[in-house]
Amino acid sequence: MSDLSTRHRVWRVGADIDTDALAPGAYMKFGIDEIARHCLQRVRPEFAAQARPGDVLVAGPNFGIGSSREQAAAALVRLGIAAVVAPSFNGLYFRNAFNVGLLLLTCAQAETLAEGERIALDPAAGRIGRAQGEPSELHCEPVPAFLLEMVQAGGLLNLLKQRKPR
Amino acid sequence: MAEPQTLARKLIAAACGRDAVAEGEIVTCAVDLAMFHDSSGPRRLQPMLQELGATLWDPSKVVLVIDHYVPESDDESRRIVRIARDWAAGQRLPNVYDSVGICHVVVPQHGHIRPGMFCVGGDSHSPTGGAFGAYMFGIGSTEMLGVAVTGRIWVKVPQTLMMRWNGRLAEGVTAKDMMLHMIGRYGMNGGRYQAVEFCGEAVRALSMQERMTLSNMSAELGSQVGLIAPDETTAAYLRDAGVDAELDLARWRSDPGAQAEWHDFDAAALAPQVAAPHSPANARDVGDYGGVPVQVAYIGACTGAKLEDLRAAASVLRGRRLAAGMRLMVAPASRQDQQQAEREGVMQALGEAGAEVLPTTCGACAGYGGSIPDGASVISTTARNFKGRMGSETAQVYLASPYTVAASAVAGRIADPREFLA
Repeated sequence: MSDLSTRHRVWRVGADIDTDALAPGAYMKFGIDEIARHCLQRVRPEFAAQARPGDVLVAGPNFGIGSSREQAAAALVRLGIAAVVAPSFNGLYFRNAFNVGLLLLTCAQAETLAEGERIALDPAAGRIGRAQGEPSELHCEPVPAFLLEMVQAGGLLNLLKQRKPR
Repeated sequence: MAEPQTLARKLIAAACGRDAVAEGEIVTCAVDLAMFHDSSGPRRLQPMLQELGATLWDPSKVVLVIDHYVPESDDESRRIVRIARDWAAGQRLPNVYDSVGICHVVVPQHGHIRPGMFCVGGDSHSPTGGAFGAYMFGIGSTEMLGVAVTGRIWVKVPQTLMMRWNGRLAEGVTAKDMMLHMIGRYGMNGGRYQAVEFCGEAVRALSMQERMTLSNMSAELGSQVGLIAPDETTAAYLRDAGVDAELDLARWRSDPGAQAEWHDFDAAALAPQVAAPHSPANARDVGDYGGVPVQVAYIGACTGAKLEDLRAAASVLRGRRLAAGMRLMVAPASRQDQQQAEREGVMQALGEAGAEVLPTTCGACAGYGGSIPDGASVISTTARNFKGRMGSETAQVYLASPYTVAASAVAGRIADPREFLA
């Protein structure tokens, strides 16, 4: 997958974003639409209403610490977020994200990206291109093909449905 | 001669049908036990299974625990719990524990987790099972769907971080304090999704429930599993839980010289630990808090309301009363633990001190239902104090051991339990 137009708008959040911030416990009894409306409300109250499909979330280290609730990744998919870029992710969140079709990019220099800037994503090659700013390109860990396939299919459930013998 | 292996590698090798595995390899393992609960389990799995037209690979390897949305408080929770009960009946699940306690405590109490097993759970505190020398970790609902259909899951063979606790803990210092100290030192991603193994004299001296607290909070350390080599303490617990199978205690331990990253700790020097809002990684010695006032004390959750935790709290509270204006809530982790605590007079001691007893469920720890009060400063035996986690955005939650929570409830401020035990 190559996506080299700098069309992704950056939303910046800090370090240690936990699953209660992404999918607050009080809304966990509802469906994903309702959970998504409250995604990150504690950190960026305007995020859920103003995020647009294709936007990218750029965070500090340890993104996704906490619960196994995969709604914490699915809410971002529901809002159309194209990827989360961070220096490190919680391991359980990392598995959940790809399983629900959310692209994660591990990028040591993630925090050099600024709020509102435009970037391009090339997850297979492990590159992030910038419309402006220095350096013009950031390196991230290349995403293995089997995980990219999961993202492209829209998650493991869709992938299993595609593969199911008719 | 074969290369020495860590316990983590031995467990994974057995589950993928190999003699040995190497760090960094990705292998597919057969799952011996899949634990579901009402929140991440049937409610999410049943529609996906239906969409796929698939069935459960082996209902005898599934354990369902209904613990998150009970007692049902509104229409949504009633709906979620009804789905779980109907699905369990429809699938004829042989192992269902409904409203009798929290999954991480109830499942071991019934002997389901034994040394050498490879297990997954639909909850982040699933590493609790590692206390029994089983490779057990938490996964989300979609990944659980894959397990439910195939009975298999992939893992990347982790590095082992060996946490060796030398010496013995002082009285009033617990596994919870050990964990808060490690999380404070290494941070919430310090485990790097690797395997943590706890060892050393202080770990061997711990009871099974205390070992479970260590493994439980491996989640907050960011590791995939938190393992403890099984020994006679493990075997005795499992015998009491009705397990009569032969246990291979000699096999399920790390070989001398196995490759691992070692970290050493002095158990005798450890003071009770308290983690300040809003992260378990904000852990420091209790004495550093200078008597921060608290209005609410919470003894609950898989992490902090097992029988041993209730006993610890009672040893401080017996013959004492809560500070004026203090509220102490106790939600025992399982009915079995609560009943034993009643037989021992532990629940009575808590009640006489002024505690309110809540249902044996996840309760306010998950923030799904009941909440701690807005604006309060709270000291809690739970595992997480993220902002808003326990249902109130404005509460300030401090994490500590049951001893420290009980001492603070008496003092009305964060207090060192050792002053109450002397």
